[in-house]
Amino acid sequence: MAVHSPTAPAAGPRAAPAAVRRHHWAGPGMVLPFLLLYLLFMIGPVAYNLVVSLFNTSLVHSGLGPFVGLRNYGEALTSADFWHTLWHTVWFTVLTTVPLVALSLALALMAERVRRWRWLFRTVFFAPYVLPVSAVALVFTYVYADRIGLLQHLLSLVGVTSPGWLSDPRWVLPSVAAATVWWTLGFTFVLYLAALQDIPADVLEAAAIDGAGPVRRLRHVVVPMLGRTTALVTVLQVIASLKVFDQVYLIAGSGGGPAGAARSSVEYVYDSGFTDMRVGYAATVSFLLFLVMLAVSAVWFAVSRRTDQGV
Amino acid sequence: MPRRRRSAFWERAGATPAGVVRHPPGRTLMPRPAETSRPGRRSVLRAAAALALGGAGAAGLTGCGTAVGQGLFGAADPAGTLTYWNLFGGGDGTRMQQMENAFRAAHRAVRLRPVTLAWGNPYYTKLTLATLGRRPPDVAVTHLSRLPTLAASSLLTPLRSADLERHGLTAARFDPRAYQQAHYQGSLYAMPLDTHPFVLYYNTAVCRKAGLLDAAGKLKPLQGSTEFTAALAAGAKACGGAGAVMSITNDPSMCWRWWWTCYRQLGGGDLLAGDGRTVVLDEDRAERAAAYLARLTGRRLMPGELDQNGAVSLFTSGKAAFMLDGEWDVTTVQSTKAAFGMVRVPRLFDDAPYAVWADSHALILPRSPQRDAARLDLALTFVTSLLDDSYVWAQGGHIPAWLPTRDSRRYRDLRPQADYADAVAGAAYDPPAWYSGAGSDLETVAGGAVGLLLGGRLTPAGFVRSLRAGLRELASRPSPL
Repeated sequence: MAVHSPTAPAAGPRAAPAAVRRHHWAGPGMVLPFLLLYLLFMIGPVAYNLVVSLFNTSLVHSGLGPFVGLRNYGEALTSADFWHTLWHTVWFTVLTTVPLVALSLALALMAERVRRWRWLFRTVFFAPYVLPVSAVALVFTYVYADRIGLLQHLLSLVGVTSPGWLSDPRWVLPSVAAATVWWTLGFTFVLYLAALQDIPADVLEAAAIDGAGPVRRLRHVVVPMLGRTTALVTVLQVIASLKVFDQVYLIAGSGGGPAGAARSSVEYVYDSGFTDMRVGYAATVSFLLFLVMLAVSAVWFAVSRRTDQGV
Repeated sequence: MPRRRRSAFWERAGATPAGVVRHPPGRTLMPRPAETSRPGRRSVLRAAAALALGGAGAAGLTGCGTAVGQGLFGAADPAGTLTYWNLFGGGDGTRMQQMENAFRAAHRAVRLRPVTLAWGNPYYTKLTLATLGRRPPDVAVTHLSRLPTLAASSLLTPLRSADLERHGLTAARFDPRAYQQAHYQGSLYAMPLDTHPFVLYYNTAVCRKAGLLDAAGKLKPLQGSTEFTAALAAGAKACGGAGAVMSITNDPSMCWRWWWTCYRQLGGGDLLAGDGRTVVLDEDRAERAAAYLARLTGRRLMPGELDQNGAVSLFTSGKAAFMLDGEWDVTTVQSTKAAFGMVRVPRLFDDAPYAVWADSHALILPRSPQRDAARLDLALTFVTSLLDDSYVWAQGGHIPAWLPTRDSRRYRDLRPQADYADAVAGAAYDPPAWYSGAGSDLETVAGGAVGLLLGGRLTPAGFVRSLRAGLRELASRPSPL
């Protein structure tokens, strides 16, 4: 895509080298402030984290503490808690990403077709997203509460005996995931809505003229043309879900609900670092989590590059 | 005239006014007169800074300004303010508020700011971080079982007897066992407020029917495991329900208390040594204690799966003769209007001096960079006021550690609370380790295994194996202290 346009003839033969020299530094110069901040606030802390993970650093003592090499890594990789929390995190990611993509696409398609009051639907679907997590958690603890909760009450009206949404180890994570979907749906919904509006009307018209019905137009025109948005939404959701902490901590309670059935990886980091005061070990776990996320992002990168080339 | 050159982007923002000497290249970031026609970057920044300063200054004059100053800039609390952190909800929370209000009424010049945080690990996490962040409360509550960890982390101010004596807080006025527990490596770090043991509740109606009461309507003393088992069987028969109930499901701390009581009565000793670095589990006694607990649930004298609400409702509705629980549920049980009494957990085994699980709430002064003599005195005045109000606290079930209250006629007449006050002599605190104490990993791991034992999912031998493995895993973690 990038083509070098020969500007030299217009600028004159003598001015050209000086201008080029100046331009040579303009790019890096403009990037420099960002680079410095990036080094200071991203690369630096990650490197520091890596260093700390090799020490038995304590929260309550200054300094790094005794060097333990890879012992922290050995402990994390053989710890049942580490694998449990990682599995909870992955399961939570599946439970949120799939419904979020499917539901927000469906809602965006419907909202797009509405002729009047479209703004109302947009507002209504987007509204939960602006709520702070503490408000969402407060509302959903009432919805899910045992015996006095809204959900159990509503289900009992139709004769369904519901489990303890937050007290049953099998249900606590799906319950938090459902609250998360309700809360963050608006964001993916807006992304899909924007992408839908970018689909040129003439493509759809051409497909219609060629005899494609609404279902075929949806399957073979609309959904493929939303491919990039879907890929973006998916990776954003996967990364956000792998980092989940707030709503699990607030809705399921500290310690991750009954038998720790909803404890996420980040909460494990928090518990190790701040509750158990083992900062070195917490740094190890968070570095391992960082590697997992890096791997997920790399996979997404590879897949999206292949699809780009395919299209 | 110099050759025109393209100005850099930072130069364009405030173009040089005519007539002003151009700065040499490379020094363009030096201050220069702000442009008059268009607000330059600098003038905007300056205005914003002035606005912020003015705002802060103005806010400083009002009440909310101090909050803003403390929140944003970490300013010290104004003199005469006292922050106090605790972890009391429910009936305890209400009584603590009553005690705080009594202090307020007596000290109108002091602004008391109490904060109640979620019980257990979250509370200790916040207390630790606030203290490390040099913004600790003036006074805080702790469990004495957590004291060694806090003290070893240098998060507490050691208390000097000279300061304490000024306020009448002398050793002779505290329960000796709790007072001893408030020390770490020979220094006093806390002022105990109470001792709260695991106790036995009995349903008066059911026990009368079962012939377990004496003429005065009190439970006849039970001695030894055989007698206790027989009493449970008689109770179960009388009510057609359970002999005793207890909170087991999702309640590892409660399970731990029950097993720990029996283990200590059998002379099982310390469990952990070297501040938690070694496991000294007495496997034979651990298994004997487990076998007794499993026998009670196995014979259906106690349900093996029940939660806290279930235990209270079965007990208060007369479907169980006894309930094993912390004394702090006395308010809950009283509110049901059921007739009941309370005694200390009987002596089930006489291999060792009487023992029962207990812990204490105590008042501590977290380490603070800004505690001068006046602030220390204010903090101790508040502590004294709470201790003098121990009778209010005792109504919630806790046995006062403040002897002037415990020896008072008023407390000795308090029923059923005074009936188990003799439990303090056998108070067995959790073994010291950085992972032990109220609501800690130790209680979760060990209590979790007890829960499986009571639910019939582990045999006593299997329980000991599981307990040993869990304790060794905890002990193998490098200590952060």
